[in-house]
Amino acid sequence: MADVTTNSPRLILTDTNFRLWLPLLWIGVIAAAALLAPLIAPHDPLAQDLMLERLPPFFMDGSEPGYWLGTDSLGRDVLSRIIYGARIALFVSLIAATTTGIFGSALGLIAGFYGGWADRVISRLVDIWMAFPPVLFAVLLVAVMGTGLGSVIAAIALIDWTRFARVIRAETMVQARMDYVDSARIGGARRAATLVSEILPNVMPSIIALLMLEMGIAVIVEAILSFVNLSISSDDPTWGSMIAEGRGAIHFAWWVLLFPLIALFMTVLSFSTLGEGLKQRFDPVLK
Amino acid sequence: MNQMTQPTPPALFSIRDLRLSFADRAHKPLFGPAPRVEVLKGLSLEIPEGRITGIVGESGSGKSTFGRILVRLLAPESGQVLFDGKDIGALGEAALRPLRRDLQMIFQDPMSSLNPRHKVWRIIAQPMKRYGRGGDRTDAITALEKVGLSAHFADRYPHELSGGQRQRVGIARAIALEPRFILADEIVSGLDVSSQAQVLTLLADLARDMGLTLAFISHDLSVIRHLCDTVVVLHHGVIVDQGPVEDVFEHPQSEITKSLLSAIPHPEMDETWWDDMPEPA
Ligand SMILES: Nc1ncnc2c1ncn2[C@@H]1O[C@H](COP(=O)(O)OP(=O)(O)OP(=O)(O)O)[C@@H](O)[C@H]1O
Ligand SMILES: [Mg+2]
Repeated sequence: MADVTTNSPRLILTDTNFRLWLPLLWIGVIAAAALLAPLIAPHDPLAQDLMLERLPPFFMDGSEPGYWLGTDSLGRDVLSRIIYGARIALFVSLIAATTTGIFGSALGLIAGFYGGWADRVISRLVDIWMAFPPVLFAVLLVAVMGTGLGSVIAAIALIDWTRFARVIRAETMVQARMDYVDSARIGGARRAATLVSEILPNVMPSIIALLMLEMGIAVIVEAILSFVNLSISSDDPTWGSMIAEGRGAIHFAWWVLLFPLIALFMTVLSFSTLGEGLKQRFDPVLK
Repeated sequence: MNQMTQPTPPALFSIRDLRLSFADRAHKPLFGPAPRVEVLKGLSLEIPEGRITGIVGESGSGKSTFGRILVRLLAPESGQVLFDGKDIGALGEAALRPLRRDLQMIFQDPMSSLNPRHKVWRIIAQPMKRYGRGGDRTDAITALEKVGLSAHFADRYPHELSGGQRQRVGIARAIALEPRFILADEIVSGLDVSSQAQVLTLLADLARDMGLTLAFISHDLSVIRHLCDTVVVLHHGVIVDQGPVEDVFEHPQSEITKSLLSAIPHPEMDETWWDDMPEPA
């Protein structure tokens, strides 16, 4: 018999790997900034110095050495605030996306695999949930629960679990029709064991892709809530609050707005690209 | 082939008046339940122990549906399914689980029936573990070697195998449990002609060596003639012919069987086709 050795496609470098390495690189930079913030931030992100207000970034006339990206209208160092802001952004996105992902995926798996009333209840809940405009919903939730990072995380999980539930339910239904599910039954597997050890590994790439997307969304939601002053206290350096402050000063200190906006945009883009890239990379049948 | 026709062995399965219908959603009226289409219309037959029984019929005649009742992936609507004297037709999943070790199945499409995320050895070993029949890597390799695959296939994923190799893994998984019955539903329809013969001879040899009962679904009568001891011909959910392969093929009772027989392209070529087959690698 001909031995068709198709060596694992996972190890071959292709163009699509750019979609993996570029976002990974950026996220690595942001993660390093977050972890090492006290060591690498050139200034205290909260230190105000009215003598140094609205310094332009290093490549412009009138810049001060050491204030690479300039200062805001209270004289705080923009680069240091972005670095400290990365801490909050990553912390929120990590916790919020994981919570949302576990909760939503579990419901999606159950609905898609067991069908029947479990599916009807979960699907109806998703429909009702999705009828609320999400941003309004988030603002409402945080207003009720009080400001703070915990509320932001809870709001993201409470709103966005439906994304996981919907997508994972549909994927699970597709997988549940595969013969390997019958095959597991023939092999004496219990229903729950089939769901966890047969179907879940096949749905995992989608869950991971969604998780990455969700991390990006969490960064945005946190920024929006900071922007409308519903995240943590406005003194703390979050990208959203920096953007909010920068917006007021756009005509005479555009850098206060632009640099956190770039950090935010790149991070969100990186997460969603990474999600897609990972999904492709872990698809076993994709050649 | 037909060398064992003398005394009729005891029946492993005794099936009486087996019926099943599906809801026909395409013709569902606006109100009220969908009409039901009868797929199996009162089948009665016995499947002799230790023999290979062929199940033939045109597409849509109910072969797979019948087979899935035998291994209890489906439950009959009415009638008896006696397996070794015990009616398994109405058993719940919990009561079936201990019996399932003896009711194995090899699927038509190995790409879909082997989990793409599990390595070959794990696919084979997991059912063994569940039934307390070993279940580590070496046990899986022993089973692989029985189907002519060497140990280095153990760490491959299904997509890294050829079609014939995949189907061998399907066979290995079934025989590793040393079941009493295996259902093989069109297991070679996705393979090229030469691997078809190899896989079929392999399965038939293993079944004879292990003394297990095999039900073999196919719409290829030349294959049935070669592999099976007895045959059942289905047509629109009704048995139109059954008995030892010799008898049915020499003296078909129904027009259906006759027309199926006349559709065999070159019966005289078949002999050499089988005999020239090298032993599976
Ligand atoms: N789950 C189902 N719901 C509704 N109808 C079904 C279902 N499964 C099978 N049928 C119908 O039952 C009939 C018999 O199907 P079955 O799969 O048993 O045929 P078969 O003899 O195996 O055909 P083939 O040779 O094409 O595999 C077909 O008409 C099919 O449309
Ligand atoms: Mg069929």
